[in-house]
Amino acid sequence: MPAEETRIVTEFLRSRPDDSWTFEAARKHNKAYSMLEKALAMERAQIVEEVTTSGLRGRGGAGFGAGQKWSFLPKDVFPRYLAVNADEGEPATFKDHMLIECDPHQIIEGAAITAYAIEAHYAFIYIRGEFALGAERLQQAVDDAYANGYLGKNILKSGFDLDVIVHRGAGCYIAGDETGLLSSLEGERAMPRIKPPFPAAQGLYAAPTVVNNVETLSTIPHIIRKGGKWYSELGVNKSTGTRVFSVSGMVERPGNYEVELGMSFRDLIEGLAGGIRGGKKMGFFIPGGASAPWLMPEHLDEPLDMDRASELKTMLGSGAIMVFDETVDPLLVSWRLAKFFAHESCGKCTPCREGSGWIEKVLYRMANGLGRPDDLDLLLDFGQNIVPGLNAPFAQTTICALGPSTMSHVVSLDRWFGDAIRERLQRDTDRRTRLEVRSA
Amino acid sequence: MTANAVPMSQWPSDYAYTIPVAGDQDVVTVTIDDKVVQAPRGELLIKVAQRHGTYIPRFCYHERMKPVGMCRMCLVEVDGMRGLQISCATPVTDGMVVRTESAAVKQAQDGVLEFLLINHPLDCPVCDRGGECPLQDQTLAFGPGESRYVEEKRHFEKPIPISDLVLLDRERCIQCGRCTRFAAEVAGDALIDFGGRGEETEVITYPGQPFTSYFSGNVVQICPVGALTARPYRFKARPWDLEAAETSCQSCAVGCRGAVESTTNRVVRLLGVDSEPVNQGWLCDKGRYGYEWIHADTRVAAPMVRTGTSRMTEVSWPEALDAAAAALRRVHDEHGPSAIAVLGGADGTNEDAYVWARLAKGVLGTDNVDAQLADGLPAEVVLGMPRATIADLDRAKAIVVLGVDTREVLPILHLRLRQAAVDRGVPLVDVATRDTQLTRHATAVLRHDPGAPADAVEKLVAALGGEKPRTKALDALADATAGRSGPVVVVLGRPSVAEPAAPTVHAAALLAGVADVRFLSALGRANVHGALDLGLAPGFLPGRVDLESGRAHVGEVWGVVPDAVGLDATGILRAAAAGQVRALVLLGADPLVDFPDRALARDALEKVERVVCVGAFPSDGVEHADVVLPPTVWAEHHGSTTNIEGRVQRLARIVTAEGSTMEAWRIAAEVAVRLGHDFDLESVEEVQDEIARVAPAFAGVDALLLRRARDGVVVPLADHVDELTLGAAPPGAGVSWEPIPPQPAEADNGAVATPVATPAPAVALHRWSGVAPAPAAAPADAYSLRLVAAATLYGADRVVVASPSLARLAEDAARLFVNPRDLESLGVADGDRVRVTSSRATVELPIAADRATPRGTAFVASNLAGAGAADLIDIDAPATDLRVETLTERER
Repeated sequence: MPAEETRIVTEFLRSRPDDSWTFEAARKHNKAYSMLEKALAMERAQIVEEVTTSGLRGRGGAGFGAGQKWSFLPKDVFPRYLAVNADEGEPATFKDHMLIECDPHQIIEGAAITAYAIEAHYAFIYIRGEFALGAERLQQAVDDAYANGYLGKNILKSGFDLDVIVHRGAGCYIAGDETGLLSSLEGERAMPRIKPPFPAAQGLYAAPTVVNNVETLSTIPHIIRKGGKWYSELGVNKSTGTRVFSVSGMVERPGNYEVELGMSFRDLIEGLAGGIRGGKKMGFFIPGGASAPWLMPEHLDEPLDMDRASELKTMLGSGAIMVFDETVDPLLVSWRLAKFFAHESCGKCTPCREGSGWIEKVLYRMANGLGRPDDLDLLLDFGQNIVPGLNAPFAQTTICALGPSTMSHVVSLDRWFGDAIRERLQRDTDRRTRLEVRSA
Repeated sequence: MTANAVPMSQWPSDYAYTIPVAGDQDVVTVTIDDKVVQAPRGELLIKVAQRHGTYIPRFCYHERMKPVGMCRMCLVEVDGMRGLQISCATPVTDGMVVRTESAAVKQAQDGVLEFLLINHPLDCPVCDRGGECPLQDQTLAFGPGESRYVEEKRHFEKPIPISDLVLLDRERCIQCGRCTRFAAEVAGDALIDFGGRGEETEVITYPGQPFTSYFSGNVVQICPVGALTARPYRFKARPWDLEAAETSCQSCAVGCRGAVESTTNRVVRLLGVDSEPVNQGWLCDKGRYGYEWIHADTRVAAPMVRTGTSRMTEVSWPEALDAAAAALRRVHDEHGPSAIAVLGGADGTNEDAYVWARLAKGVLGTDNVDAQLADGLPAEVVLGMPRATIADLDRAKAIVVLGVDTREVLPILHLRLRQAAVDRGVPLVDVATRDTQLTRHATAVLRHDPGAPADAVEKLVAALGGEKPRTKALDALADATAGRSGPVVVVLGRPSVAEPAAPTVHAAALLAGVADVRFLSALGRANVHGALDLGLAPGFLPGRVDLESGRAHVGEVWGVVPDAVGLDATGILRAAAAGQVRALVLLGADPLVDFPDRALARDALEKVERVVCVGAFPSDGVEHADVVLPPTVWAEHHGSTTNIEGRVQRLARIVTAEGSTMEAWRIAAEVAVRLGHDFDLESVEEVQDEIARVAPAFAGVDALLLRRARDGVVVPLADHVDELTLGAAPPGAGVSWEPIPPQPAEADNGAVATPVATPAPAVALHRWSGVAPAPAAAPADAYSLRLVAAATLYGADRVVVASPSLARLAEDAARLFVNPRDLESLGVADGDRVRVTSSRATVELPIAADRATPRGTAFVASNLAGAGAADLIDIDAPATDLRVETLTERER
């Protein structure tokens, strides 16, 4: 049977590619906000219960249970805030981009239901600065929702008030970390914060705050519609429901695919995305965004399951699958990733600030024929000071997960290509020595 | 006290974040490297460890700032917690087992230091911090032996000035954020921040906005590397060549503790020392860099006498002292004691003040003595009001700042007030004519016309009494104070020298009726409180007793005590102008510079026959003098001083005196000998012992106690004996960059065992009646602007003028600040020169728009050189009203 998508959050936007983002289309063809109406008639605890039952896990990267996250809010502490993480910055991830541009009303509806469930009267949508069209459509959608009484005071005569503020970022990867995002929302430099206190206790403006990803919130109306139980029956094990995967790289049909969790990497990459471009063989692939450790062709039959990914010492992360064919030099990929992390390190913690730059410099010389025989071991050795043990799930000496991300590709290099790279470094060194001898 | 949450910095953020603490016992047991210790629950692990002899290395953590957890140097292993924990942001909980020296910790420390050093230049031999550098020390103690980094290090242009005083070397910076957090969280001047990302992260100022904080020197001190340096000390010395001694800063009356350092007999640096009750380690820039004047070329180096009308001739000390004594004797014999007056003395030591008071009152017999020059408050009020300590601010029910801009007058007190309001949530009331730097932190802001605070204060008193006065500001105050305990602390200063002190005294009298009210004096001159306490005020004898009640007790030692209450500074100058005061002794004061009414000062100095000047600088009145007796100055002499709360602290001598100078108290004793009185005082200690014996408020505060008391002694001792801390400070305490200490000695050196004798004052101390009549209101004139004139930090005093680094900061001339709307109705532009006319004079001044100044008022800094406040003010007028006219095209 050919692999097929299971469309839930992408169903409507795929069905109306020309106007799915407009209020009229969303109302008319997708009954947008009808689930908000339903939710406003429900008990708050009941909504949390449904979401907990659904087993929905955060789609931003960490995969933390959404209902569980909501239930961590301290009782009777107000005001509370909802922050919507629309700062999709993980390289090769473009699922939220599509959801924002093509179905903003679904996000707003999900955010409104969530805000109601956690008793927040302000929701801040922190959208990545580069998403110009997305920000425009989202703002329009928010304006339309206000105009039609789905936001603002006394929503649908329920007595519930909610203001939604769309805030554009200024272009910074680390604003996608939940505490970095909160710093940025407060008008400060986006720098992650020490936890504890966790955002649920003291988040935005030191008030209890829930930070949820765009895709997570887009799922909420569907859970309200069909119930948590329905959703929990989709997927596999503790990875319930569907996820939108951004498949990119050297495949025939790159793009976003919403599939039921549990599908194999092979069905997704070879089935839906059409396999490796130009009939070549696969070299390796990154299963969960730039921060995730790499997998090899022999893992293609593994299921898309967050817990299974952990067993494989990697993660599904942000749901971005980058595929590289056999002609790609893994060292160059690694160097490019290192360059990204070195550029985006916020500078707060010493190991990441200084280590990311050092990693980039060492990888640069390794990838360009200037390596030394023990360069890989050097990286693995000082990398231990960012990621003690170098063993997934990564421990870290830094505040946020950017620290370990700077090392995950290096660990993968060693794991899958270690011997070849060490040989190559030795070869490069020998060649340089010969050249030096000859020119002497 | 049980803390459920520990304040922390989530820098960058302005909001109050806390680290939650689990458990409910007050005291918890923690095991640190197999050593079982007890600590208050919620205290930070790094602090507990240090107190018990385990130094955990750190860079970003600073004892006086909230933890931020950035540098990752203080990682330790805590059983049961995943991964390593930063000990600077981990509160201790019961049963915690901590390892600070395990293999994992060692590796993390090695790693952090290796990372810090990859981009840090190894230029220690030419770095000012080399030899006292935490990075250097901790690399040696905890770091790897060599680096594996072979690439090019990060490069920046260096150094770049971030202010007139501070330079930044971005290559040396290790991005610990101490400076940026200090600026934002402690000083409230968030003028520096981080820019850039990754290893290109750098400390930046905002475009066109240099780091012009009054507290910028602190970031140099707390920088853990040599990234921040200050012009005055840059390349002046190597740390190992420095001699250091703990002392008190004498640039204002807070008396911040500091370590004064010298090399080759020159003072080169002053560092803040952490004294919990006083300055908590901080210094303002004026204090920190105001030492250069000690070695200024303009200093008077030898005694001089006037020979002829304009010529001053250097003479030997015996000749000069003879001349001074002869001049005083002649006036005394011909015109009686009341023809002699003594002005000043607020910049010396307590010993100087005491011996000069004894000379004036006990030998010459005159009570015309005043340490203040009509710019403060009546001694009767200052000496007799119920007093607060600085630490009372932390636990006050409410703080009332009455009329004074503390940031300009007492900068470190301003930091304490800010801390109380911002970090401790103490309700703060700002009663003034114009906005100050505390206004934005105030719970209630009460504005009143210059010289008329009574209405506002009456309402405030009602609100503090629990009434709901139905104004928004005061309702907010009533809500904020409801349920709070503690004293109401009033910070009382002189809001403006353009009006008499009477309205302020009246306002203080109203506030004196509030339950459990205490006053903290905000007089600015360094040792004005010591001078007043020790008798340099009309009507008072040493030790806060008035002439009558102290006559018998003081007279026992002195022999003579004046019969009647004498004149204050204004009275003295008036009497001099009228020919009644014929000899004037100037103790480091020049009426032309310091007195608010320059015309009266000029008249007085022209009329007076003999002027004896004990001054180190031309601005101390040297040019008017017939005899100049140059005294030693701060850092050249021992002694003690008294700060705003009445805390007596010791000064250190670190350099030998310049030229041929003599301690001021010794000058007085020498003059006394020539007038037939031998005080038999040979050393500072002997003077201190005599003060303890004679001055009732100083009972028990003798030389021995002053030497033993770590944070000084608050007088009267009987009321504050519980606050005494005896014995030496623990190793490493104080200087804020925390050198790695040796194992602290568990036992005190035995000094504590000796009990402190706390004799009650022999005579009941003066108490202010708290009664002051309401002054008549000065009718306002709709066409005039009412003048407010108060001191600014970088004024024309000798500390600033004679210190090259600070002199650059002092603006060259005064400006007239008025509300932008007044500026508009006057039809002049910001920066224009205007003609300003008062009842006294007409001067030309540049005008400046200032939103802090309300309509109908004008503000001029009272202590700037050039035309300004002192020309305009008539000391006899109840207010100073100004007419402002534009200049014609030709006049411009």
